[in-house]
Amino acid sequence: MSGALSIRGVGKTYDPEGASVEALRDCSFEVRAEEFVAIVGPSGCGKSTLLNAIAGFDTVTAGQITLDGRLLAQPGLAPKPGPDRVVVFQHGALFPWKTVLENVTYGPLRQKALSREAARAKALELLRASGGLDSTAASYPAQLSSGMQRRVEIVRALMNDPPLLLLDEPFRAMDGFSKATMHQHLLDLHRRYRKTIVFITHDLDEAIYLADTVVVMTTRPGTVKEIIRVGLGRPRVPQMLYSRDYAELKRSAAQSVHEEARRAFERGEREQA
Amino acid sequence: MKRLNWRGAVSIAAFILLWTLLARLKAPGFAEIPDPAEVSRAFWSKYLPSAAYWRSWAVSFERVGYGFILSQLLGIPLGLLLGTRRLFHEIVFPVVELLRPIPPLAWVPLSILFWPTAELSIVFITFIGPFFIIVINVHDAVRGIRKEHLWLARSLGASPVRIFRRIILPSVVPAIAVGMTLGIAVAWNVVIAAEMIASDAGLGRLTWEGYVSHTGTTVIIGMISIGLAGYLSTLIVTYVEKRMMPWQR
Amino acid sequence: MLAGYLGAAALWYACVAWVPLASFRRLPDPVAVVTEWLSPQPTYGISIFTEAYYKHILYSTWRASAAFAAATLLGVPLGVCIGWSRSFSGFASALLGMLRPVPPLAWVPLAILIFAGSEAAVIFVTFLVAFFATTLNTAVGVKSIDPDFFRAAACLGASRMDILLDVVLPGALPNIFTGLQIAMGAAWFSLAAGEMIAAQYGLGFLIMEAYNLIQFPTIVIAMATLGLLGYLSSALIRVLGNRLMRWREQSLGFAA
Repeated sequence: MSGALSIRGVGKTYDPEGASVEALRDCSFEVRAEEFVAIVGPSGCGKSTLLNAIAGFDTVTAGQITLDGRLLAQPGLAPKPGPDRVVVFQHGALFPWKTVLENVTYGPLRQKALSREAARAKALELLRASGGLDSTAASYPAQLSSGMQRRVEIVRALMNDPPLLLLDEPFRAMDGFSKATMHQHLLDLHRRYRKTIVFITHDLDEAIYLADTVVVMTTRPGTVKEIIRVGLGRPRVPQMLYSRDYAELKRSAAQSVHEEARRAFERGEREQA
Repeated sequence: MKRLNWRGAVSIAAFILLWTLLARLKAPGFAEIPDPAEVSRAFWSKYLPSAAYWRSWAVSFERVGYGFILSQLLGIPLGLLLGTRRLFHEIVFPVVELLRPIPPLAWVPLSILFWPTAELSIVFITFIGPFFIIVINVHDAVRGIRKEHLWLARSLGASPVRIFRRIILPSVVPAIAVGMTLGIAVAWNVVIAAEMIASDAGLGRLTWEGYVSHTGTTVIIGMISIGLAGYLSTLIVTYVEKRMMPWQR
Repeated sequence: MLAGYLGAAALWYACVAWVPLASFRRLPDPVAVVTEWLSPQPTYGISIFTEAYYKHILYSTWRASAAFAAATLLGVPLGVCIGWSRSFSGFASALLGMLRPVPPLAWVPLAILIFAGSEAAVIFVTFLVAFFATTLNTAVGVKSIDPDFFRAAACLGASRMDILLDVVLPGALPNIFTGLQIAMGAAWFSLAAGEMIAAQYGLGFLIMEAYNLIQFPTIVIAMATLGLLGYLSSALIRVLGNRLMRWREQSLGFAA
């Protein structure tokens, strides 16, 4: 289980009330094990649809998705989410009615992968490593700041030791300071736990800064417009944002992204706030 | 174009089938209950052409109309007062809270004693139910208006009248809509019960008489009529609500 | 607050004692009611010291509780099914939509015919009211759960039973409890009416009997008792709900 993801010719057409909508068309790219991939595109381009297909929340109507050679999605295959590719959600999906500890240990306990004591020990360790969050173990999510909640949700995902981690615009609603802290935290986790990460965002800066590879998607029907290899070294430091290499990368990527944004705008897509 | 809800049709058909079976087979308790076919026959031949039947409709509708409209006319201002005037709230709200849990029908005897005519007493009962509902709904809505909005308006120099018209009223309109929908249902519930207890006319009376004379057909037709009447009123109220809130689709 | 009660009571007394309208004259005055209620030897046989009073209370409470319990036991699971499964919702909502507009009390005559006895009929009608309120609110509660919670549970390896216990029920609990409170209140209203129309014993019956026997203070005593019981039972449910949903209280505190 190393986390190599393969997306080949993936398409998704769905019809609400008989009007056929093609969300994705012929998407293809490969993700190496332990790679950090960011998917960027205008709102409505199908990034979330793609994530849903990878995660197993929804079907595909064309193409194939495999993880380490194992088939995840294919037309006719019933979707089945699982702990091998856990999702961290845009608006946060920590169970409000469970404590931090109960949330974090949920996966291993439900899958009967760990005993109660082992799960608790692992949880406290991971929480502590995420910035001293073990002290919040008995609190409810609503008592935590949004940054803390996000970190707890990432711990909840990591507890399952997934080869693939999926993040759906997780820092979208955060302010600049919190976002910067979360970026460093995520990079740190990536370095330490060597997970394959697929990260959806509409923020090009965030994508380039965090990822090894940036996949730029077109507007609907979404397909891969461009794949950009980010040559910045690791570990990433904030100073890199002001380097010439970064500026170069941003310039060429920005052109792609802006083209699509304009196309989407002209199409009348409403930008979600 | 909506797809036909075939599942709904299936369950309704099953329901009618079950009813027919229970009635035909004279299952325990269903000895006096007619099957759906009998009911529709009786309706077409006896009730549809009967003036007395339609008069029952008119009588009940009238009572609901008066009671309901009155409850809104009095209840909405009272709710607004309770929400905006602190002193008024302190004094009057506890009394409202005390009277509210008393079931509307429990007011029947006092109402009969108090009002000179039976008609007025029934209208009063019909008024009570929706009245409390709308008072509470409006009051809660006013209380829920964000203080910041009011402060902002005041600091921008808006007069109390303007604040009322531009901030308070629009915030309250959705709550009024909900209150009206709930209120009309309660009004119907109450009026037909009041008719059963204390009147000689109306759809409630009709249904009750069906029971007294052990005529299952009348009872069922009465019930269906009441249901239809209630449904019609709800449609009317919904229409009014849509006109009140054109911004909501 | 006290001023309000006193003011209302004073107004009532004033109206009954001094206003020269025949309508007001016929009503009982507050002093007579309270004296009667608290008297060990009540003129009309009902006070907090008489056995008959508690007998009526017991009947009404028993009926309301039975109906409410049945409505909850049937309504919550049904509501969960309707809210969770779209196909189930298709089956059920049409049927419920057809039955719901019929005012609950319109069922009374039919219920008496079918159940051949007023006791079961009254409980049935009370049950119906509570049942519709519970089912509807539960279904709404389940439908309003953010789909991301279902997805999160699924990718964490939860089975359908896990999702039911860990997502559906806790997620819908606030709405379920709102529904239960409404159902309780509606049950009492319906019960009172049912008892007034067609029962032996019970507070609704007491009201009608007192009216027929011209025992007016008793009417008010019964009304007040109904109001009190209705209020207390709703409050009980609210308190229970708050205890089960302590995590909501927490969210009213301060974020770190």
